[in-house]
Amino acid sequence: MIAVRIEGLRKSFGRVKALDGLSLAVEAGSVFGFLGPNGAGKTTAIRILTGLARAHGGQAWLDGIDVTARGGRRAAALTGYLPQDPAFYPWMTAAEMLDYVGRVFGLTAGERRSRTAELLKLAGLEEAARRRIGGFSGGMKQRLGIAQALVNRPAILMLDEPVSSLDPFGRKELLELIDGLRGRCTVFMSTHILADVERVCDTVGIIDRGRLVVQSPKKELLEKYAAPVFEAAADRGQEAALGAWAEGLKKKPPSWLDAVALTDELTVRVLVRDLEAAKRELPELLVRSSLIFTRYEMVRPSLEDVFLKLVKPGGH
Amino acid sequence: MSFGTAFRKEWLEQLRSYRLLVTAVVLTLFGLLSPLIARYTPDIIRMALPQGEEILKLIPPPSAADSVAQYLKNITQFGVLLALLMAMGLVAQEKDKGTAALMLSKPIGRPVFLLAKFASLALTFTLSIALAGAAGYYYTLVLFGAMDLGAWLGLNVMVLVFLLVYVSLTLLCSTLTKSQVLAGGLATGVWMALSLMGALPGLGDYSPRQVIGWATALGTGMAQTYWPALGVSLALIVGGLAGACAIFNRQEL
Repeated sequence: MIAVRIEGLRKSFGRVKALDGLSLAVEAGSVFGFLGPNGAGKTTAIRILTGLARAHGGQAWLDGIDVTARGGRRAAALTGYLPQDPAFYPWMTAAEMLDYVGRVFGLTAGERRSRTAELLKLAGLEEAARRRIGGFSGGMKQRLGIAQALVNRPAILMLDEPVSSLDPFGRKELLELIDGLRGRCTVFMSTHILADVERVCDTVGIIDRGRLVVQSPKKELLEKYAAPVFEAAADRGQEAALGAWAEGLKKKPPSWLDAVALTDELTVRVLVRDLEAAKRELPELLVRSSLIFTRYEMVRPSLEDVFLKLVKPGGH
Repeated sequence: MSFGTAFRKEWLEQLRSYRLLVTAVVLTLFGLLSPLIARYTPDIIRMALPQGEEILKLIPPPSAADSVAQYLKNITQFGVLLALLMAMGLVAQEKDKGTAALMLSKPIGRPVFLLAKFASLALTFTLSIALAGAAGYYYTLVLFGAMDLGAWLGLNVMVLVFLLVYVSLTLLCSTLTKSQVLAGGLATGVWMALSLMGALPGLGDYSPRQVIGWATALGTGMAQTYWPALGVSLALIVGGLAGACAIFNRQEL
């Protein structure tokens, strides 16, 4: 069963096409990673799905309800939404906010009480339950944002860059929470943090310049698109030289080279399209670079490699 | 979501953001001070000016009518100012901060979201005017003698209608923009335009300002009515809200 369906969605801001015929379908119960560089159209798509913006063309359905027609409020009843920067009423307490959201969804007093307690615990905000949100840190607001998105036990949970302002512990907890929702609710998560998608998503859609570049189960995507990857680590003190070498390789690419990227200041990943040619020629190139390498190996391709391969640099 | 849920949240905000407290204190203060100013202005003139006694011979002794005039002048001037200040950020601020987007992604109708804001502010002004009216009536009674209570109630209803015109129109301005400063500026422009309208021959009878003329007539025992002005005022309240709802329904958040 399809939980989220988008067909030919278009949206422009002046001359800029934020969405240029975006189409995708997300299976119910899956954790869908909506990937794309900044300005690719992820947030615009989510704003249309949540009824906050109007499409200039195309259609979108949540659980079979057309949100681009008049079904927005019906769809909203079964959706949870966490915006990129969740904003709250600073004069409310965390418990009052969750109670208010419960009222909005028509929960009874008893349901609201138990759901509020449950979600405050889940978000790690039990001690801050009676504190005004105005004094919350960014991370606390983000956790409250997750809690308010879950009040109605949504069938579809829309998360726009959910881990952007969380510390490593909060991020780990949230990813575990999302992982735990698999099968119980459809999670539609936009992000540009590839490691998070790789960790929790079972299906991935990559969007670039308002169009879907690819959509596939993560495993298939990695098998199908990830070209062989070589990784080389340079010795300390050679950061600038390694960067220059990578830039030089980009400017004059050998025929077997697909993409080259620095994963950190001292590590370079080389994506290739002709494995045999690369096996022969890449070590020679490394030796000729006069850099001192501490490691050189062929590694398992990651989602980041697929992303680098499919998405061209320089979005909107 | 029901209107009750939206109203409950807005009313809580009126209390927590001190909108009710500030409006009630300011208007009640003017309700108390107006009869006092009317009563003691001659004494102040006598003490403050060297030719005070001479000037006072030209001025009739203070009466309940002076108290009413002073009350209406103060309450309407400061009431309009408060209406603008309290309503200018109601929608603009929520759009700017992102709370409107968060809440309107849930099953809340946009007209309900707006009308609850108007209703809560209307209740704030109703309670504040009730307090100011009670204070003004009591001091006028003590200083000048009893007034017709029915007329005094009618006078305060007119004041409320007049102020709700500005609440509604400022809410419309707040819906038009994301900046509460710009919303305040637009509302001030509307205030000035309506004030100018009141001074134009032929149009004056239709100006909301004439509702205060009717209030003055009620307070001073005159039988003058200004039905066109009341009709226009009610139409502006309803029209302002309808316009705000229509615009807000089409806006992207």
